[in-house]
Amino acid sequence: MTTKTAQGKTAQGKTVQAETLTAPPAVRPTIPRTFMAMMAREVRVMRKNFLSTFVRVLAQPLMFVFVFAYVLPKIGGGMAGQGGATFATILVPGLVGSSIMMQAMMAAIFPLMMELTWQRSITDRALAPLPIPLLAIQKIVAAALQGLIGGLLVFPAVLFIHADGQAPEVHVANWPIFLVVMITGALLAASGGLLLGTVINPQKAQVLFAVVLMPITMLGCVYYPWSALDNVRWLQIASLFNPLVYLSEGLRAALTPDVGHMPTWAFLLPLIGGTIALTWFATRTFTKRVLT
Amino acid sequence: MTEPPPDIAIGAVDLHKTYTSPRGDVPAVQGIDLDVRQGEFFGLLGPNGAGKSTTIGMLTTLVVPTSGSARVCGFDVEKQPVEVKRRIGMVSQNNTLDNDLTAFENLEFRGRYFGMSARDARRRAEELLELFNLTDRREGNPFEMSGGQAKRLMIGRALVHRPEVLFLDEPTAGLDPQTRVNLWKILRELQKAGQTIVLTTHYMEEAEALCDRVAVVDHGKILASGTVEELKGSAGAETVLTVAYDGSVPDLGGLRERDGISKVELSGNQVRVFAHEADGLLGELVALGTSAGVSVTDASQLRPSLETVFLTLTGREYRE
Repeated sequence: MTTKTAQGKTAQGKTVQAETLTAPPAVRPTIPRTFMAMMAREVRVMRKNFLSTFVRVLAQPLMFVFVFAYVLPKIGGGMAGQGGATFATILVPGLVGSSIMMQAMMAAIFPLMMELTWQRSITDRALAPLPIPLLAIQKIVAAALQGLIGGLLVFPAVLFIHADGQAPEVHVANWPIFLVVMITGALLAASGGLLLGTVINPQKAQVLFAVVLMPITMLGCVYYPWSALDNVRWLQIASLFNPLVYLSEGLRAALTPDVGHMPTWAFLLPLIGGTIALTWFATRTFTKRVLT
Repeated sequence: MTEPPPDIAIGAVDLHKTYTSPRGDVPAVQGIDLDVRQGEFFGLLGPNGAGKSTTIGMLTTLVVPTSGSARVCGFDVEKQPVEVKRRIGMVSQNNTLDNDLTAFENLEFRGRYFGMSARDARRRAEELLELFNLTDRREGNPFEMSGGQAKRLMIGRALVHRPEVLFLDEPTAGLDPQTRVNLWKILRELQKAGQTIVLTTHYMEEAEALCDRVAVVDHGKILASGTVEELKGSAGAETVLTVAYDGSVPDLGGLRERDGISKVELSGNQVRVFAHEADGLLGELVALGTSAGVSVTDASQLRPSLETVFLTLTGREYRE
């Protein structure tokens, strides 16, 4: 058995040198350094998993634009948006927003569910010299970053796949709004994900898909602008509880201002306020789960 | 709490931890005092569920004490957790290695979490892989390693930043005997190198083999503490002879008053004799039974050991 001989050697052949083990630490860690080191770890893991992330993030929106912006117009079943906008134009902000939302939420929820239960490997990170609430913030920032990458990956796909004459009319009309919406949308989703990850039992993860993630994407004003819901008033009001609505509408305001969208205050307020509230709440529940 | 002397690595006063749950409060630790000096190999010994892991959890800042206080390396575990975490290394009972990283990266990023530059962290990781004989597992996934390899990697990881105190929670639980003995050798080497170590274990022989001082813990309290020799030499340091009869225990005559016998306990058809001098005692008990018409169905004799200490302190046999 190789293990046995290897271990024997450790113990007998090679003695543990005193200075290797007990020399005083060369560096005093600081909180920002520790925080950045944890972000560096996330980047390393993302880089390793890039191909699988790429496929996972792109598959759904790619199929969607293919069917709705290419196949359906070709066979004459295409949907027209308001004011003559092509369906592709409506889909771009919606699909980018929904990708950010899903990727950021999942990036927060699933690793956390594992870390808090199976083997409780959260202990590893919790023992790093960082206050536990900052560890929660770090997880939110890392998940938001993955959400943003997810959103950016979707852009080219939804911009370029379409039938002739169905090209989306998209340009960044307002850079500050675009950036604020992208970033707060990702942070909002990540903090919501962290909250769900700390309060939901992993055995019910399937239910989470059915009752949280599915309704959020399907009813998040991804496939139609919120104003188009005037005819279904109850749904228009119910949709206001869906965070993705504000992200989609915010991206519409920034990217396709000609398509009807909410006024700026109406999406910025929930995005920024929601991010602050959810981050505060998620940080608290996370700290309570980690410190027993 | 007054400022402890400089060579004290850990000082805990009257630590309590009660977990609240819907089914009622569970007192896990009920008043534990500890003093561990620098360079000491200290053991918390007790059966499963005695409160050892909770105690270690409080000392490593991840369990918040219900009351009482503790200082590790001069810092308060509740008020200055980051300062404490900078100075300790912890090896948990579970495999808490980072599953998304290789063995090497587990060490590398631990170094970076503790403020090392990327280059220093990589150099340190190489050094530790070499030291713990894991170089051939460098790119391996931590969950594809054997239990012994994973444990060595976890010890290596806990040492990356050269902690002042190394905590190990049940380091050899679930490992095969050969791997356990090898880990013991590593831990002895560490101690020789001056590392302060606090270990919890439910294995008597582990505490005896490794620790300078041992605290025997049961039901969240320390029953006794001292060097293994001191514990053996204290009230409980005796031979314990347990004899079971197939009928009621015979009249033991003047056994209780005899010199060299400190205690006789009867329970059902069983007698337990705590003796300093046990030569011939078993034969005597068999003979007493024979003359009373009962025979011996079971007998056991425990030499002075931590097990007899535990038996004397609690009246219960040690269950691992």
